[in-house]
Amino acid sequence: MLSYIGKRLLMMIPLIFGITLITFAVVHLAPGGPVEVETEMQLKASAQARENLKKLYGLDKPLHVQYMDWLKRFAKLDFGKSFVDGREVIKKIGERIPVTLTINILSLLLILVTAIPLGILSATKRYSLFDKLSTIFVFVGFSTPTFWLALLLMILFGVNLGILPISGIQSIDVSEMGPLDRLLDWAKHLILPVGISAFGGIAGLSRYSRSSMLEVIRQDYIRTARAKGLEESDVILRHAFRNALMPVVTILGLSVPGLIGGGVIFETIFAIPGMGQLFYSSAMSRDYPTIMGILVIGAILTLIGNLLADISYAFVDPRIRRASR
Amino acid sequence: MNISSIVFRRFSRNRLSLTALFAVFAIIALALLAGIISPRDPMAIDVHNVLSPPSLAHPFGTDELGRDVLSRMIWGSRVSLKVGFIAVSLAILVGTIVGSIAGFYGGKIDALLMRFVDIMLAFPTFFLILAVIAILEPSIYTIMAVIGFTGWMDVARLVRAEFLTLRERDFVVAAKALGAGNLRLMFKHILPNALAPVFVAATFGVAGAILTESGLSFLGLGVQPPNPSWGNILTAGKDNIEVAWWLSLFPGLAILVTVLSYNLVGEGLRDALDPRLWERESSATRSKGKTPKVSTVDN
Repeated sequence: MLSYIGKRLLMMIPLIFGITLITFAVVHLAPGGPVEVETEMQLKASAQARENLKKLYGLDKPLHVQYMDWLKRFAKLDFGKSFVDGREVIKKIGERIPVTLTINILSLLLILVTAIPLGILSATKRYSLFDKLSTIFVFVGFSTPTFWLALLLMILFGVNLGILPISGIQSIDVSEMGPLDRLLDWAKHLILPVGISAFGGIAGLSRYSRSSMLEVIRQDYIRTARAKGLEESDVILRHAFRNALMPVVTILGLSVPGLIGGGVIFETIFAIPGMGQLFYSSAMSRDYPTIMGILVIGAILTLIGNLLADISYAFVDPRIRRASR
Repeated sequence: MNISSIVFRRFSRNRLSLTALFAVFAIIALALLAGIISPRDPMAIDVHNVLSPPSLAHPFGTDELGRDVLSRMIWGSRVSLKVGFIAVSLAILVGTIVGSIAGFYGGKIDALLMRFVDIMLAFPTFFLILAVIAILEPSIYTIMAVIGFTGWMDVARLVRAEFLTLRERDFVVAAKALGAGNLRLMFKHILPNALAPVFVAATFGVAGAILTESGLSFLGLGVQPPNPSWGNILTAGKDNIEVAWWLSLFPGLAILVTVLSYNLVGEGLRDALDPRLWERESSATRSKGKTPKVSTVDN
């Protein structure tokens, strides 16, 4: 097992190298740099001023030198300073992560507790009305633009009923509230964002656990369990359920990068100061260091998530664990 | 009976998918005939009718400049379809070429190309798309290119997997023995047999591309006003959220129905093309237990 993990970690090195290279290429081969953005507001900015700005950001050096410089700093987790406000990129990212992480963990929990029972139930009652309805829900869930759903629910709960706030993560007067009110205020602000970001995931995971369950109840050991006279509920809950959950574990690993990713559109709509919003504003102002930092961190987290998924899968499935020794 | 009519017969057994196929054709017709169908000029500003709710004159209401929302949606459907089809064609083209080469040659070339696929798949797609579009000029063509170049990896994997099994088959070995060159083997003999999963992926791909485009336009990175698109009408909906619900409801509904139709057609196509289901066939409507490979935007 350990040598398997070690091998996988080694394999990640060239991938990380490729990720940095593509990130750098994407950001730097484009026409128009941060200097253009900064000076286009002031048409009078002289050529001299532009040169000074370029020198300040190190943009006057040849591309491969810039890349090597960046890579060296990247190895020390130093992503440089933001072009926009001169603050450390890593700090800017760091202060956005808690918000996005909170919303995403809550929504992941919501996905797990709703999607798995939904999927298992429609698999055991295949072709029933419930199964058909949940299949329709799955497809609608896949096809709904989440930002549109957000708009509709904001109109319903925020504008028409006026019971939920429609933006931000806390009220302006939050500092004057008692601890209980503060918690309530926080919950009220989060209920729509969490529910909406879980929506697509519930559709996906319930479909996934349904097919996993359908696969399992076709197996011989389920027939054996039934043949020896076990109650159907015992067959499903004790014999089938645990095995059907195994592939679902993979999904948990795969959702790791999504946890800090944050939805761009979604955070913009709700005015949530998370990663998605930071990335959007950085992209709009061509804040190269921040864009590169977020892209690289996001991609590396995906690799780690894939690794975690494989490891946890091997962990729950003894067949794979034995084979990899 | 030839293969395509068998596939169509199997496809039409699934009534839901068949309905979705008609919906897809209807939406395409709507887009092509926008000039004839559209009740009003989508650009005509009417200052006396700003933000008026749905009525007989304006079934879907008017926007903040008094323009007819229904007409703007009909013209906007062109954008969605154009982006959907061109972006996906690009993704299919790149994915097929990469997948064919990797699967056909195997070995080091395969390993190298597949590591590249892994690297591309590691990026959070919507972030990457957003970065490239913001850095380049936001336009419908940038969007097509970027969605295409960030969406080919699944196709490459599918095609590669097909090639790996097909290249050992007798008909390929025979063609090789008869002296067919590599290119001829790849594109004349193997590729046509590897296309079934590509069609399915393409159908789901169109759905995903339409969702992505609407999201980008919503953020102001897609079709630029005054030209209409479903996404940028929704932006107006967000800006007038407290007064004009119709600006939010209808364009989103159009996106939902369109994307749903493509997804259902894709699902039906997958079942119809799956040879494992060809023998043990029952006439009952059957929904197969597979995760639909569908991309939702921005989750």
